[in-house]
Amino acid sequence: MSDTPAHPKTPTVGLFVTCLVDLMRPSVGFASVRLLERAGCEVYVPEAQTCCGQPAFNSGDSKTAKPIARQMIEAFEPFDYVVVPSGSCGGMIAKHYPEMFAHDPVWKDRAEAIAAKTHELISFLVDIMAMPAPDGRYDGTVTYHDSCSGLRELGIKDQPRALLAGVSGLTINEGSECETCCGFGGLFCLKYPDVSGKIVDKKVDNILATGADTLLAGDMGCLMNMAGRLSRRGAPVAVRHVAEVLAGEMDAPPIGQASDPRQNPAPKSEVGS
Amino acid sequence: MKVQSPHFHDHIPGALADQNLQYALGKLATGFPVKRKEAAAKLPEFDALRDHARDIKNHVLENLDSYLDHYEAQVVAAGGAVHWCATAEDACAEILKICRSVNAKTVTKSKTMIGEEIAINDYLADHGVEPVETDLGEYIIQLRNEPPSHIIAPAIHLTKGQVADTFRHHHQDLDPARALEEPRVMLDEARARLRGRFVAADVGITGANMLVAESGTNILVTNEGNAELTYGLPRVHIVIASIEKIVPTFEDATTILRVLARSATGQEITVYTSFCTGPKRPTDVDGPDEYHVILLDNGRSKMLGSEFQDMLRCIRCGACINHCPVYGALGGHAYGWVYPGPMGSVLTPALVGIDDSKHLPNASTLCGRCESVCPMRIPLPRMLRAWREKAVEAAGPGTTQARGLRLWAWFAARPATYRLVFGLGTFALSLLGGLKGRFRRLPLLGGWTKTRDLPAPQAQSFQMQWRQQAAMQGRKTHPNQDSAP
Repeated sequence: MSDTPAHPKTPTVGLFVTCLVDLMRPSVGFASVRLLERAGCEVYVPEAQTCCGQPAFNSGDSKTAKPIARQMIEAFEPFDYVVVPSGSCGGMIAKHYPEMFAHDPVWKDRAEAIAAKTHELISFLVDIMAMPAPDGRYDGTVTYHDSCSGLRELGIKDQPRALLAGVSGLTINEGSECETCCGFGGLFCLKYPDVSGKIVDKKVDNILATGADTLLAGDMGCLMNMAGRLSRRGAPVAVRHVAEVLAGEMDAPPIGQASDPRQNPAPKSEVGS
Repeated sequence: MKVQSPHFHDHIPGALADQNLQYALGKLATGFPVKRKEAAAKLPEFDALRDHARDIKNHVLENLDSYLDHYEAQVVAAGGAVHWCATAEDACAEILKICRSVNAKTVTKSKTMIGEEIAINDYLADHGVEPVETDLGEYIIQLRNEPPSHIIAPAIHLTKGQVADTFRHHHQDLDPARALEEPRVMLDEARARLRGRFVAADVGITGANMLVAESGTNILVTNEGNAELTYGLPRVHIVIASIEKIVPTFEDATTILRVLARSATGQEITVYTSFCTGPKRPTDVDGPDEYHVILLDNGRSKMLGSEFQDMLRCIRCGACINHCPVYGALGGHAYGWVYPGPMGSVLTPALVGIDDSKHLPNASTLCGRCESVCPMRIPLPRMLRAWREKAVEAAGPGTTQARGLRLWAWFAARPATYRLVFGLGTFALSLLGGLKGRFRRLPLLGGWTKTRDLPAPQAQSFQMQWRQQAAMQGRKTHPNQDSAP
């Protein structure tokens, strides 16, 4: 990597942590701040953020999603970039805000402007900030799940792998179905629990077939879904957001596991549905 | 076939518990998608061809009226007839009329999804004409009295063992100990049964993969050669096709053929590709005396100019179905009508109405894999959302979902209250679940905890922790601020 900074001035980043990171896994928020600062950004966390509006939008209720989206746009307009540690929330802002306000004379331009400067965290670090691979350490074999929105809406595929390549002690075992949906789908998993359960079960089979001891991905929804099914099946796989590993933010136990290791799935337990 | 889509939810437990179906779906997941990927990788211009194919159909849809007129004129010039049918009933009546005009007793059929859509088999049988399916998959499910579960592989829901049982049950004159586990034996048996039917049929009905406007030709792709015997032997060939099957020229058709088989089965081209133009000419050795095209609308013209117009680009390759995780979990019958998977969940509401099909667009994770493999680049997730919008509109503000979302939105639009209420709530949950780090069950979240644990929240919310830390570290809270407050 070049010594010249990718940007003449320190870029300001409005970090949208997402509702799931905010409420379920703050360590991903702190890992995001650490990575962004390491990449040379000035990081802000606007107070007026709650949710991007995706649950309503994807439910066919964009009338309910719109006020929340407008609030997001207002809160994040002052920054050079909006960065999100989630492909689906990032995709919501970058792809679906312009769609939602396409016929709104007042908000169309503002939605397009915010969309143009919104990035998912890992792709932002690699594609925009040209951040070199971190020199952290993680002793383990990981498999990476490509979350659907990040992969297909934002083209996130090589970026996390490029950064993970710099982490010493870490080996990646790719799963043959790493691009297949985990069955989360937002409210889908609550509306169709059995179908969702079937899909995540296949996912878990695939994860276990890689022999990895750790599962990484970039979206909390998918991670909670897969972690929940792994632990229900007693499978001893640690599940983390990729930002935690890249930032070395590893104090918290893996997703869905206790800080007391005796409470966690036994490494040799029988794996089956 | 009667629309069973309102009962989508009721179909789920049976589909998930059906071991044969699940085994068959497992084979599908590692079959077509892998072959498609290999075929696409071998053709450097594959993605450019997809763009071209999309543009061809977009152009057709913008000019459909004139292309249809031109197509009809060419069919007539070649000695055929075009029957314009607004509805499924019209189409069935028209087909029966043609069959009766030649006093038809049996009709052979090659695979046609439009035939399923208008339920022509039941209609003909009810009126004393026997329909005989000649595609192997269709032949099997006709014996079993089942609808197809996939648009290109109608019997994909069955295992080899189930098919062998079906053959033993229906072909009782044959040696019961024959080796039906061998696909070759099975195939030969079906061929032997069908050969006489081909010869005896009075009318042959085929679908059409494309209708070429410049020549009035219908194109058929198959892997079994049954379509050729279906249209080539009887006195009358009836083509049933919907209006959006039009392409302007042979050149355009070949572009679409190049993406069709690769997307569907991963083949470079299907084993048979037939081009039929009118009835037998004086110099032809064989062919039908009459050539009829049933041109079906059945709701499609209403999709023109709507947010669902792009769906009319569909060439029925089945790639979206092969790559859909929901289809992969349930198979096609759960969807309750003719067209399953993502393309069905967009098309069915347009053809039968959203009231009878509102579950279908909701039964998707919106993972987007369908769009990513669609050779015609149809934005299926966008249209699934559009149908959800219509379903929400129709259901009104009183549904549980609408109330829940409004309540959530009320909080989401008030960040300070949201931080306080949800922050405290998750903090409490983190204390409750902290020991194990997860919940096995939780009130109101039975949908989640039925099949998986719910990871417990870590601790206080990020927002709460961040505000505390930022205040202690004297962090700026806004870029235009000179120093911390």
